[in-house]
Amino acid sequence: MKKLRIKHHTRTDFLTYLGVIILFVVMNVLKSNGSLSRSLTGQLVPICCYMSMAVSLNLTVGILGELSLGHAGFMSVGAFSGIVAAMSLQDIIPAAPLRLAVAMIVGAAAAAIAGVVVGTPVLRLRGDYLAIVTLAFGEIIKDLVNCLLVGYDSKGLHMAFNLTGSKTIDDLGMQEGGIAIIKGAQGATGTTTIATFTAGFILVMVTLFVVLNLKHSRAGRAIMALRDNAIAAESVGINITKYKMMAFVTSAALAGAAGALYGLNFSSLQATKFNFNTSILILVFVVLGGLGNLWGSLIAAAALTVLPELLRAFSDYRMLVYAIVLILVMLATNNPTLKTFFSRFKLHKPAGKEAV
Amino acid sequence: MEFLSYLISGISLGSVYAIIALGYTMVYGIAKMLNFAHGDVIMVGGYISFCAISYLGLPGWLAVILAMAVCTVLGIVIEGLAYKPLRSAPSLAVLITAIGVSYFLQNTALLIWKAAPKVYPSLIPTTNAQGESNALQLFNGQLSISYISLLTMASCIVIMIALTLFTSKTKMGKAMRACSEDKGAAQLMGINVNATISTTFAIGSALAAIAGVLLCSSYPTLQPTTGSMPGIKAFTAAVFGGIGSIPGAFLGGLLLGVIEAMAKAYISTNLANTIVFAVLIIVLLVKPAGLLGKYVPEKV
Repeated sequence: MKKLRIKHHTRTDFLTYLGVIILFVVMNVLKSNGSLSRSLTGQLVPICCYMSMAVSLNLTVGILGELSLGHAGFMSVGAFSGIVAAMSLQDIIPAAPLRLAVAMIVGAAAAAIAGVVVGTPVLRLRGDYLAIVTLAFGEIIKDLVNCLLVGYDSKGLHMAFNLTGSKTIDDLGMQEGGIAIIKGAQGATGTTTIATFTAGFILVMVTLFVVLNLKHSRAGRAIMALRDNAIAAESVGINITKYKMMAFVTSAALAGAAGALYGLNFSSLQATKFNFNTSILILVFVVLGGLGNLWGSLIAAAALTVLPELLRAFSDYRMLVYAIVLILVMLATNNPTLKTFFSRFKLHKPAGKEAV
Repeated sequence: MEFLSYLISGISLGSVYAIIALGYTMVYGIAKMLNFAHGDVIMVGGYISFCAISYLGLPGWLAVILAMAVCTVLGIVIEGLAYKPLRSAPSLAVLITAIGVSYFLQNTALLIWKAAPKVYPSLIPTTNAQGESNALQLFNGQLSISYISLLTMASCIVIMIALTLFTSKTKMGKAMRACSEDKGAAQLMGINVNATISTTFAIGSALAAIAGVLLCSSYPTLQPTTGSMPGIKAFTAAVFGGIGSIPGAFLGGLLLGVIEAMAKAYISTNLANTIVFAVLIIVLLVKPAGLLGKYVPEKV
């Protein structure tokens, strides 16, 4: 009898998509029931953004194998360009969902450009040096946005760069009725919040679709070959720069889209939100979920975003408990005794275990 | 003259970075891990000495020794509890654990000392009891260098020389270099690798305590996040000079401090960090292993 064989990874992918859909439906039902707490409802869109950020960072760290400590920088680029796009297109595109989509595409495009600019020099470096340069990039973006003044009036966009700290939004020379979009260190204030949970869900699905398809394509196999042994990969004719850039820029663009959604979810947003700690937070999602494991990233992102809320009972101690949980989980998942103990429960191990 | 005074404040700031970077670079050299909790050990050192001076009324030098003792113990405990079990784990797992330790230290400090910034009593106040300024006056008073900057620079040089002698002359120092070259071979030669790594953490943390005191003496606001940014900057400095190299950390720290001070003075206060990081990126593109780092080509 001929049995229909489904590839192992196809089944995992299918279950991942299904899981996200089920989660979305359940959350929507709970939301309409009113059984979600107010703080948790407010977290829905950020959770979607963080999930998408984690999946896209996993492309760089898990699949490409390069440590990036500046992923929040791309999120920042996406967020602020998305906000500028959404605010200045208010008259041209009145429909909010369409405007949100345009803003997210603009955010993704801007972040992709930033990805090319950073990636071209940086991807030649190795290991921890690459990590420090991505960190530096994240800090540079934060400082630059802090100096940025952007306004919009009937004549179009006005931009100024507040180098000395003496300029204000009035120096843009806008006409009557112009709106200030980004006000330097104050960030973007008065943004019309058009982000919705549905948009977040679509973002997560698109991110998953892009990353999973890239991973299983010819290019994805080339990228993973690079990760495992760059010299061997190069010797069989894989173009290192091309595939590294492909993974890095895709990851940046997805982070930009997530950033745009994140930015349009809050009426006020400062550049300092996307600092080193945010980059680290997303890296924690990726490592905790498992390198190269996308559904792991999704679960880790959701769980760790909700965790501080759930730890409210500990009040002042909650971040302390969070830190202890983080350390203990890392110690437990890397404990050789526990590892052998858990591996007994796996009926069949996948043949090619992913190297880290 | 203005330029000279900016230069000196830059060197003074750079000396603090250099002391922190020395700790970073030693730990990286031997354990091959980015110890993100290092910046928070600085903060702990700052708070301990603050309490010793303000609450216990101890003299400055005793406060420094107390801070060093506490941080040394803290460094050994952190290494033993959080990093030692992960010796064979992938480096990213250790990195995340280090971040966990960093959160832990910050939040513990937040609970004990609360979020409100403390005003740090400088080791050498800017003015003495008679109201005269505690500074070295040069060129008929056109250039004044505060004693605390002089102390910072002097301690940095002393520490740098002591560390170089320690790693090249003593048995423990040689063991450290052996471990950073090849842990397995070092163990076969009878070196106690675990003890060596613990000692490295102890030394790094003691240096962090000194850096904490000097940093807070020059910039007297102390809060639970005080250590983060200097920690990141010192890490940058260590990479700048070539991570793993002691003279590299020293040079990287000084250069970083000077670039930051000059950028603040002549270009823009807001963009000082941007300029520091941009210089770092350019240096790494020209010299991928940092200024004094060894470039080890990969052999197949």
